[in-house]
Amino acid sequence: MKYVDEFRDGRLARGVAETLHRLARPDRTYRLMEFCGGHTHAISRYGLEDLLPSNMRMIHGPGCPVCVLPVGRIDMAIELARRPKVTLCTYADLMRVPASGGASLMKAKADGADIRMVYSTLDAIRIAEAEPDREVIFFAIGFETTTPPTALAIKLAIKNRLTNFSVFCNHVLTPAAMRAILGNRAEGVEIDGFVGPSHVSAVIGLQPYRFVAAQFGKPVVVAGFEPLDVLQAVVMLVRQLNEGRGEIENQYGRAVAAEGNLLAQAEMREIFELRESFEWRGLGEVADSALRLRDAYAAFDAERRFALAAHRAKDNPACECGAILRGAKRPHDCRLFGTVCTPETPMGSCMVSSEGACAAQWTYRRFDERAA
Amino acid sequence: MCLAIPVRVTELLPDQMAKVSLDGVSKTVSVALLDELSVGDYVILHVGFALSKIDPDEAERTLRMIRDIAGSAS
Repeated sequence: MKYVDEFRDGRLARGVAETLHRLARPDRTYRLMEFCGGHTHAISRYGLEDLLPSNMRMIHGPGCPVCVLPVGRIDMAIELARRPKVTLCTYADLMRVPASGGASLMKAKADGADIRMVYSTLDAIRIAEAEPDREVIFFAIGFETTTPPTALAIKLAIKNRLTNFSVFCNHVLTPAAMRAILGNRAEGVEIDGFVGPSHVSAVIGLQPYRFVAAQFGKPVVVAGFEPLDVLQAVVMLVRQLNEGRGEIENQYGRAVAAEGNLLAQAEMREIFELRESFEWRGLGEVADSALRLRDAYAAFDAERRFALAAHRAKDNPACECGAILRGAKRPHDCRLFGTVCTPETPMGSCMVSSEGACAAQWTYRRFDERAA
Repeated sequence: MCLAIPVRVTELLPDQMAKVSLDGVSKTVSVALLDELSVGDYVILHVGFALSKIDPDEAERTLRMIRDIAGSAS
């Protein structure tokens, strides 16, 4: 596959790893957080951690939107879906995320709620067009990558004069989460640098990460999702750290322009505005970290249209997803991991999503003692 | 959901849609988020939308840099 296979060359990867061993200074450690769940998946799948020197550690970050969505928001979606004449459209990974009281969208669907898995916002629009008697609600979730498609769906609904389409908005923002993690020193999560998100950056560009360097003096290297991309990004981070630099660099120039996708940014700005605060699983309330629809589009905002009350709920107390998402614990530190919590019977969100740290660990490294 | 993959544009369609191919699998996607696009371009496809165009020169440059890093080990 073009632009994929050439970035998976094992011989080159071993060469890059040798360079990393040469670059690693024995007198220090390198704690690098990969923000994106996609990177977490690549690191586990290709065993990249095994190639790193022993004083270099990858810390899994909160960059999986399914993982960071709090239980209360899933409860709200289920409540919406159970209302009469409502069809709730959702990306498939949300279906099995545990909600309060052992519920999930999957169970609500089995109980008779009309919940449909869609691949794209355009599929939800098609359903709304085909079934004018139903209230079609798109359960919008994701970082800056899935936000422009939601914005375009709302514009398409206006253009096609759809009055039975709305959006339950749960879009969250990457830079705000990075700020929350860097500001959270209480847990002793020390991070020396970030492997920055790939496709989020294709949308927002490099500028939004400047504060990481300017305020916290840490480097960010935006990296592609293939194994050689990740390894090269680690080399770039290690070089910066060795030279005492904290800058924003772009390893993924083939898909990420410095200014990002201006068209997508304009679409996002037109439809959405900042929420003052939003709850994240693992991070708690984070200021200016999520989006809602602007007043002009209130008719398409399911929370307002259906007078949906905010709902808060507690996580399973034994589940360590929160600490894992903050980088404070690893999957093996959770006593549910691999015992009652597996991808078949997930207890927490990190095991549900294939990009979750626990799912990646379970799928590729569950028997690996070194990962424990 | 977060899976995003490079696909090749095989046909431009009306209403800012395009047909793309991934190893022979064909799919119709939205290209409304991209300015200029030609048949043969590679794009990053994410939840049914093309998010960015792949720059072939930059891809080659990255590979050269990776080869240099790997080569400098020996």
